[in-house]
Amino acid sequence: MKRKGLLGKFFGGLLLALMFSVNSAAVGHAADKVKVGFIATLSGPGASLGTDILDGFRLGLSHCGDKLGGIPVELVTGDDQMRPEVAVQVASRMVERDKVDFVTGIVFSNVMMAVASPILDQGRFLISANAGPSLLAGDQCHPNLFTISWQNDQTHEAMGKYLQDQGIRRVYLMAPDYQAGKDGLTGFKRYFDGEVVAEVYTRVNQPDYAAELAQLRAAKPDAVFVFYPGGMGINFVKQYAQAGLKDEIPLYTTAFTLDQSVLRAMGDAALGLVNASFWSPDLDNPVNKKFVADFKDTHNRLPSLFAAQGYDAALLMDSAVRSAKGQIRDEDKLREGFRKADFQSVRGNFRFNNNHFPVQNFYIRQVIKNEEGILTNKMLGVAFEEHMDAYHKQCPMKW
Amino acid sequence: MDPILFFTQALNGLQFGVMLFLMATGLTLIFGVMNLINLAHGSLYMMGAYFAATLQQKTGSFIWAIILSIPLTVLLGMIVEMLALRRLYNRDHLDQVLATYGLILFFNELVRMVWGPQSYFMALPQFLSHHVQIFSGLTYPVYRLVIIGVGLGVGAGLYGLIHHTRLGMLIRAGASNREMVNALGVNIRFLYTVVFGLGAALAGLAGMLAGPILSVEVGMGEPILILAFVVIVIGGIGSIQGAFFAAVLVGVADTFGRVLLPPGMASMGIYVLMAAVLCWRPEGLFPAQRT
Repeated sequence: MKRKGLLGKFFGGLLLALMFSVNSAAVGHAADKVKVGFIATLSGPGASLGTDILDGFRLGLSHCGDKLGGIPVELVTGDDQMRPEVAVQVASRMVERDKVDFVTGIVFSNVMMAVASPILDQGRFLISANAGPSLLAGDQCHPNLFTISWQNDQTHEAMGKYLQDQGIRRVYLMAPDYQAGKDGLTGFKRYFDGEVVAEVYTRVNQPDYAAELAQLRAAKPDAVFVFYPGGMGINFVKQYAQAGLKDEIPLYTTAFTLDQSVLRAMGDAALGLVNASFWSPDLDNPVNKKFVADFKDTHNRLPSLFAAQGYDAALLMDSAVRSAKGQIRDEDKLREGFRKADFQSVRGNFRFNNNHFPVQNFYIRQVIKNEEGILTNKMLGVAFEEHMDAYHKQCPMKW
Repeated sequence: MDPILFFTQALNGLQFGVMLFLMATGLTLIFGVMNLINLAHGSLYMMGAYFAATLQQKTGSFIWAIILSIPLTVLLGMIVEMLALRRLYNRDHLDQVLATYGLILFFNELVRMVWGPQSYFMALPQFLSHHVQIFSGLTYPVYRLVIIGVGLGVGAGLYGLIHHTRLGMLIRAGASNREMVNALGVNIRFLYTVVFGLGAALAGLAGMLAGPILSVEVGMGEPILILAFVVIVIGGIGSIQGAFFAAVLVGVADTFGRVLLPPGMASMGIYVLMAAVLCWRPEGLFPAQRT
């Protein structure tokens, strides 16, 4: 009995010492460990994107020597199951129990809207590696929120601009009937002045498009632009080709429909399709070359744009901690570090706008088969240079 | 809408209805005979698609993939029935819903672990990838015609099985009076396993046929499962005949609703249809006879 009591005291003391050691990493000193919480959809139907972002993020960490700005990093991962209420629980647990310094990941915009305030209100930094809802780019922008990916509308804007430049006059638009679908088509129309023959919204997760494709064929547009991410995109692209429409009416879309993670499931139906993206696997800069080659070696598959975003999120954090000289508890210094974004991204130089969203180029890509016979994207040209999102002027932040 | 477009959409509706029928018939059979609500029916659909997609890549033949996948899904269905569902027959429907929902999660994660989180590819077989001209101005993909043919064939086959075989007689008897069948010395446990295997085969077949058109992915069964439930409620729970007519009705109504109604209304369309049918006939269109 006595021994047990002693042992208990011993452990109690140890615990106390541990608590002090955590507390001692206070303002002014460089921390000895930095904790990162990664929240994404890692199970169920939406798992493919989250897994890709995580794989990219881990590769980024390992290229930084598993350190951020020279401080050893500890990664805590959480699965939001694509449900905002679950994401809020995971976020609270990470902030309150795990005491993470940064949270990153976040695939879906509705999840983003739910977790933003529980994380930001606690003075933590949130680095979105995917979702870029318009609200958070506009008047609800936040000093501790940085989006490494894009604002939701931007990629669609690039395709609108491209079709406008191509002199295409009559387009047929399709998207799922939810916020991201409507934002996508709004973005497209922002830069396209021609005639919109029809704007069709389909049920979310609708598997079969035979009825809509028959209507589309009858409308005889010059071109079709769609936003169908993930599985919906696979269904749509396969059925578009199977209906014989691919050779009849050109189909244009974005990288969300034709990213690397879905091309294999589409097969030759995707070959030759043109899409817009902020990134392409063949972007010619040293960081991107290293990223693509090492990702391929590690995971035995080509990276998608989502993996690229995850990778850049790690590099951004590394640069921010380094700029803040390791003082991760000093919010202002750390924010300065993030704003500086002093790192070479997979897109080359990188900079943030006043609303903490990227100012970046958008490219037009085409699906090809590479030397090994694998479907992938190749750059065709530039749609926008140094493109700013449409909402940054509504954001009151100035720096 | 011009006549050619109308006819195309009617065929699209029929094809969609036939897919729904393959799903709904297994669901209604299992419910009718075993009084079991099986939410995991969509998982069997998904497993069928994954089996066929994998076997198509291994054998290079679509036909072989189908021939080999059907016994695999039957086997899987029987194993699931013996290990898990058998314990649920005497529990109330809420327990069944809970347990079979658990099975959905189980199968989704199993597929993610075995096949990975990315969607799987299943090619349209070369010999079925062209279009045929039905009449002047109307061409239709052969593969979708094949789906219609298979669905109608399965419907006819089931009709024969239920009404003209001994197994069918036992199924009908089991559906109308379970205890009496048991009292007459029929091995009801075995009958249940067989019925579940049959239901699994039908769900799996629907998945295999959908594979080349759709994305073979985790959770692919859930959207169609909801529609299959709508179908069996409209058709009358436990009635295969009802499932057939309701499936075609829902398929056609949904297809025309999608092209004619504004988007919000279109997704409501079939539920409004269901409510209307239930107002008119609370037991569904063809209620199964019970005693």
